[in-house]
Amino acid sequence: MAGIKLENVDKIYAGGTKAVNGLNLDIRDGEFMVLVGPSGCGKSTALRMIAGLEDISGGTISIGDRVVNDLPPKDRDIAMVFQNYALYPHMTVEENLAFGLKLRKMPKAEIQKRVLEAARMLGLEQYLKRKPAALSGGQRQRVAMGRAIVREPQAFLMDEPLSNLDAKLRVSMRASLNQLHERLGVTTVYVTHDQIEAMTLGDRVCVLRDGLLQQVDTPQNLFDSPVNLFVAGFMGSPAMNFANAELVRGDGGASVAFAGYKLPVPEKIFADKPGLDGYFGKPLILGVRPSDFDEASNGNGDWARMSVKAEVTEELGSEINVIFMIDSPPVEHKDTAALAQDAGEEEDVTALPLAGDKSMWTARVNARSHVRPGDSVELAVDTNNLHFFDKESGLAIGHPANR
Amino acid sequence: MTAVAAGERSTAAGAPRRSAAGRIVDRLGSGLVQLVMIVVALFWLVPTLGLLVVSLREETANNASGWWTVFTKPAELTLNNYARILGNEAFTSSFWNTVLIAVPTTVLVVVISACAAYAFAWIEFPGRDWMFLIVVSLLVVPIQVALIPVAQLYGVLGIFGSIPSVVAFHVAFGLPFAIFLLRNYFIGIPRELLEAARMDGGGEVTIFLRVIFPLGGPAIASLAIFQFLWVWNDLLVALVFADTDAQPMTKALQSEMRQFGTNIDILAPGAFLSLIVPLIVFFAFQRYFVQGVLAGSVK
Repeated sequence: MAGIKLENVDKIYAGGTKAVNGLNLDIRDGEFMVLVGPSGCGKSTALRMIAGLEDISGGTISIGDRVVNDLPPKDRDIAMVFQNYALYPHMTVEENLAFGLKLRKMPKAEIQKRVLEAARMLGLEQYLKRKPAALSGGQRQRVAMGRAIVREPQAFLMDEPLSNLDAKLRVSMRASLNQLHERLGVTTVYVTHDQIEAMTLGDRVCVLRDGLLQQVDTPQNLFDSPVNLFVAGFMGSPAMNFANAELVRGDGGASVAFAGYKLPVPEKIFADKPGLDGYFGKPLILGVRPSDFDEASNGNGDWARMSVKAEVTEELGSEINVIFMIDSPPVEHKDTAALAQDAGEEEDVTALPLAGDKSMWTARVNARSHVRPGDSVELAVDTNNLHFFDKESGLAIGHPANR
Repeated sequence: MTAVAAGERSTAAGAPRRSAAGRIVDRLGSGLVQLVMIVVALFWLVPTLGLLVVSLREETANNASGWWTVFTKPAELTLNNYARILGNEAFTSSFWNTVLIAVPTTVLVVVISACAAYAFAWIEFPGRDWMFLIVVSLLVVPIQVALIPVAQLYGVLGIFGSIPSVVAFHVAFGLPFAIFLLRNYFIGIPRELLEAARMDGGGEVTIFLRVIFPLGGPAIASLAIFQFLWVWNDLLVALVFADTDAQPMTKALQSEMRQFGTNIDILAPGAFLSLIVPLIVFFAFQRYFVQGVLAGSVK
C-alpha cells in the first residue's frame, strides 16, 4: 500500500481546454479519498491521470515514493474499477478475475487462491463459471470490484462505480464498499458526482470545480465549514439557503438583516470567523442549512425565530422539507449559477414560477409538525451555524483557508 | 417464436406507422413470406442440383437427354466422372493451386487487416486519420486499372505467373475493404475494456490477441468467409497472372470450354467440386456469425 501525491498537476487537452488546473492533493496511505464535483469538473480526468490512462500535461504524480508520470498503467501497481464495469465478455467470471494475475505471470496455485478468496469475499462463488452476460448489474459490479481486489494493488481507483446501479442496490453496495475498505485498508481514490456517496464513503472529500481544487477535508468539516459558496451549495441535500444580507449592530448585539428578517449573530461566530466584524454595514451573503431550522414549538428556546408561509412541503417520513419564499432576489454569483446549472442537469428540481425578486428557501423540520402548504409556520433557526460569504469572491468569511 | 412476436407487433394499438420495408421485415417470419423465400431458394437451387446430376451421368447419357430424366432412370447415376477427374493430374493440381491461392490470401488479409485496423482504431499516432482516409479511398480503385502496371512490376521482379504473385495481388486488393470493415467494428468495442486490460497489465500485443481478437470474432469470421469466397471464385486475376503451372480451378475449367462440344464430363464435376468447398467453409464458420458477443461487458 502507498499514499498518492499530486503536485501542481495540470491537464490540458489538445484544443486548449484545461481540464485540471494545478491540482495539489496528498492522499494518505490507506485513506479513502473521494473526488467530487459536478460533471466536467475534472475529477475523472484526475483519476485517469493517476491511473496512467491520460498523459500528465504538467506537475508530478507519485505513488508511494515513486514518481509515476512516465510509467505505463501496468507498472503503477494500481487497479481500477470502471463506471460501466468493463468486464471481458468472452471470459467467465473466474477468467475475468484471473486475467490480470495471469498477465503478471503469477503461479497458478496463487491465482486460484486469490480468485477464490475474492469470490468468497464478494459472494461470487456460485457464479465463477458464468459469463458476464448471465449476471445481474449488481453481480457484474462485484466482479469488477473483484478484479481489482485480486490484484492486491497499492491503490484502488474507482470511477463512479455505483452510478449504473438502481437506488436500493447502490445503498447496499455503498455499505459493502465501506466494509471492504475497512477490511482491506487499501488506499482508495473514488470519483463521484453524488455528494451523498462522497459524504458517506470518504475519509476525506476533495471538491473540484472547473479543474480547480475547492476544498479537501473530512465530510463533516466540509459540511460545517465550507470554504466558499460553491462547496456550501454543493455539499448537503437539500442545498444550503442563500440570501443577500447585511450585518447590523443594534442594542442587543450584532444581527444579520435580510429580506425583512433579522437574526441575532452570537458573539461566538465573530470569535470563530475573524474578519467578520469588518463587514458591518457592508453587503454579504448569508447561508443557512435547511437542517439548522426547526419548528419553533420543537426548537431550542434560545434559537431565533422566523415566521414564514410554507409554499410546498416535501414529506420524507422522518422529516418534512418546508419550502418557502423570502422577499429578496436570488443570490447571483458565479458559484451559485454553476450549482443551479448542475442541479438542472442531474435531477428535476421542483421549479416554482419564481418572481424575480423572491428566492426559494428550504427548511427541514420534524415530521411531527404536520405543516401543510399554505400554512404559516414559526421557524426556529440555530444561529450558531450561520454561514457568511463575501459578496464579491464568494469565499467564506473567516474560514481558515481564506484568512 | 418469431411469428408470435410479429403478430403482437402488428396488433399493438397505437403503434407508430412503419415504412413498407419495415413492415416487410417485421413479417419475414410469417407463413406467406416463408413460402416466397422457399420458392426463391428453390429457383436458385435447381441449376445447382442440375449440375450435380449432370456430373453424375456419363457423357453419352448427358448428350442423349436432359438431366431431369434421372428421376425416371436413376440407374444412370455413376461416379465415373469424379473418378476420372480426380485421376487427372492437370485437374487435381489446379484444385490444389486454388487452395494454395485462397488459403494464404485469406490468412494474410485477416491477419494484416486486423493488425492495421487495431492500430487505426485504438493507437494514437500522427497522421492516423489521414492514412485511414487514404485506405478508404483505395476502396474505389477498380482492380482492372492495376492489371497492366502490376504485371509489368511482376515481370521486373521475375515472379510473374507464380502462385505468390497471384496471392500478393489478391491481398493487396483485399486489404482496403478488410481494414475498413474491421476498423469500424473494433472502434465499437468499449474503450473501457481496453483500458481495463491495460490496467490489468496488458501491452498492445496482449490486448490485441486476448481482448480485441476474440471480441472481433463475428467481424473477422465474416471477413474471412467473404475473402475466401472472392478469391476461390476469382477468374480475372488468375487469367492475367497465373501461368499454366499455377492456374487455379476456375482457369482450368475455363480452358476446358470448347467452341464445339462441351467436355461436360470434366466441366460438371469440376464445377461442382469448386462449388462444394466454399459451401463447407460457409457452414463451418456460420456459427461465428452470432450476434451479441459484447453482451454483458459494460453496464
